[in-house]
Amino acid sequence: MAGEIISQVTGPGIPLRGNDIDTDRIIPARFLKCVTFDGIGEHAFADDIKGLAAKDETHPFADARFANGAILVANKNFGCGSSREHAPQSLKRWGIRAIIAESYSEIFHGNCVSLAVPCFTADHATCAKLQDAIEADPAAELSIDVAAATITAGGETISLEIQPGAQGQYLDGSWDARAGLLENLGAAKTVAEKLPYVSNYA
Amino acid sequence: MGQNLYHKVFDRHCVGQLPSGQYQLFIGLHLIHEVTSPQAFAMLREQELSVPFPERTFATVDHIIPTTGSGRQRPLQDPLAEEMLQHIEQNTADYGINFFSPEKGEQGVVHVVGPERGLTQPGMTIACGDSHTSTHGAFGTLAFGIGTSQVADALATQTLAMAKLKVRRINFTGSLKPGVYAKDVALAYIHHLGVNGGVGYAYEFGGDIIDHMTMEERMTVCNMSIEGGARCGYVNPDQTTYDYLKGRDYCPEGEAWERAVADWQSLASDADAEYDDVIEIKGEDIEPFVTWGITPAQSVGVSQDLPQVDSFADSDQLVVREAYEYMSFEEGQPIIGTPVNVVFIGSCTNGRLSDLREAAKFVKGKQVAAGVRALAVPGSQEVARQAIDEGLDKVFDEAGFQWREAGCSMCLAMNPDQLSGNEISASTSNRNFKGRQGSPTGRTLLMSPAMAAVAAVEGKVTDVRKHLEN
Ligand code: SF4
Repeated sequence: MAGEIISQVTGPGIPLRGNDIDTDRIIPARFLKCVTFDGIGEHAFADDIKGLAAKDETHPFADARFANGAILVANKNFGCGSSREHAPQSLKRWGIRAIIAESYSEIFHGNCVSLAVPCFTADHATCAKLQDAIEADPAAELSIDVAAATITAGGETISLEIQPGAQGQYLDGSWDARAGLLENLGAAKTVAEKLPYVSNYA
Repeated sequence: MGQNLYHKVFDRHCVGQLPSGQYQLFIGLHLIHEVTSPQAFAMLREQELSVPFPERTFATVDHIIPTTGSGRQRPLQDPLAEEMLQHIEQNTADYGINFFSPEKGEQGVVHVVGPERGLTQPGMTIACGDSHTSTHGAFGTLAFGIGTSQVADALATQTLAMAKLKVRRINFTGSLKPGVYAKDVALAYIHHLGVNGGVGYAYEFGGDIIDHMTMEERMTVCNMSIEGGARCGYVNPDQTTYDYLKGRDYCPEGEAWERAVADWQSLASDADAEYDDVIEIKGEDIEPFVTWGITPAQSVGVSQDLPQVDSFADSDQLVVREAYEYMSFEEGQPIIGTPVNVVFIGSCTNGRLSDLREAAKFVKGKQVAAGVRALAVPGSQEVARQAIDEGLDKVFDEAGFQWREAGCSMCLAMNPDQLSGNEISASTSNRNFKGRQGSPTGRTLLMSPAMAAVAAVEGKVTDVRKHLEN
């Protein structure tokens, strides 16, 4: 039951500047009142978009130039805050296929793996350079090679970093952890039998 | 070299290594709530999976539930909230999972309910689709917040794929000065290490200050591990832990209890245990803290002025500027005296009996300042019952607080309890993110229950130490 193999991500970029962009900003809590993830992509960054619009500024997620953005370039500690998968789900459903940032919160990163949205890291200068390049030419196709951990933009190929474990999971389709876990259900039951609390220390 | 608790507990739950390099960990206790579970159950149905260990999962409803008596009548007024409540009722019934429902009087914030029922026991692995699952680490557990796909993993396999973390021991030495609480200890280590200082780590909290804390205080400290970027945080189990647990509903009894305690003792970190990092924070250096910005690390001691932007590293200045703009505060202004519109005492950080008791001390016989809306929200129906037994509800009520029913309430404002406009709230919760308390322009100042209580009475940020008896 392996998932799709993800070896390449191509598409236009979308820059999102700023550190510590938390999950409540990615998807404000009032949009979490749902029992399915359908339609959640429409509300990505709803409050940040409104806040900027009030100042006559445009948030990248509301900017027509980036409407087809598939590769998100962010900065430090992206996706901090809640463990709710609503945040990466809303990004994915909005159209994001891969993320490059200086760093991520771990839970967010893990959630992205289970949704098959590869997360790469790069230093501040590289992220800033990519953000500048996307702003200069929003329609340009960027191309990420997952195995090489590189992004090609405007003829230049730039090295990125990716957690080796996650990288392997995209390349062999094992990012769907559940399939692998289910295979070992028997072994899990054996571990459970040895845990004294499972029998309430009887 | 001895082992620390993280490795001992990890090893006994390890099913094996996965091809990804991660480990498959058995999860001893899985807690679920209405916000992050419905989609997980949908995934199970879609893949036709069953729940092999339904007796190891427990559910409650906390985020969306209204906290007024009339608001809790079914159907709930908000049709989306009603739908979420119906889903958890139906899903738990369909899969044979115990649901701590409001009707049974067992409902509350998931991280308050687990410990008070004695479900949270030392040496367990615990998961919940909620980042503040780290709270349970107070009992010497490895407790992780997980996403919805992982909630489905835990339901379908009672295991999770997990990477091994590094362990940082944080020693809190000396003692806390009067007016300084567990919440200030939490804000202090986040201030000290930053919001992503803990990435890749489990935090082990120890030292004299932690040793002398009650379980409820340790829960407050562990609760905020995630705000410091750590995947989990824990305190080694000791006599305080066993005394708290003895006699609780789900704990073993008689000889089984003795066996349990012996087992738990064996899991505590050895005296010569190895750590990847050790740091020390001195109790004398901890003041009552207040956050002034939009991350829990943006805090100052209550007697201090707000920091200058250029005192931060270049890479942090953007978010500091953003914080000043959002909060409409100026560099160098004192935090003391900042007017507050709303006071919220509650949440999984500070909604337990001892928190309500401490806050009540400072409002007893006083009045909430004119124009301030103040809410006291017990973390669970059990906490509410105990508080009412002690007459705390009356103390709050007579002071002009609204005494509410149990739930997350204004911590994240998914129910009707919300800030409006750019109101400033003095809040005992754990997050001051933009828009966190229900208004996209609302402003949150995090602080201890005692500090929040005096802010309610004075109508502004006040140093609680001025209100200490004698
Ligand atoms: S009280 Fe707040 S932090 Fe705790 S579980 Fe509820 S919403 Fe989350």
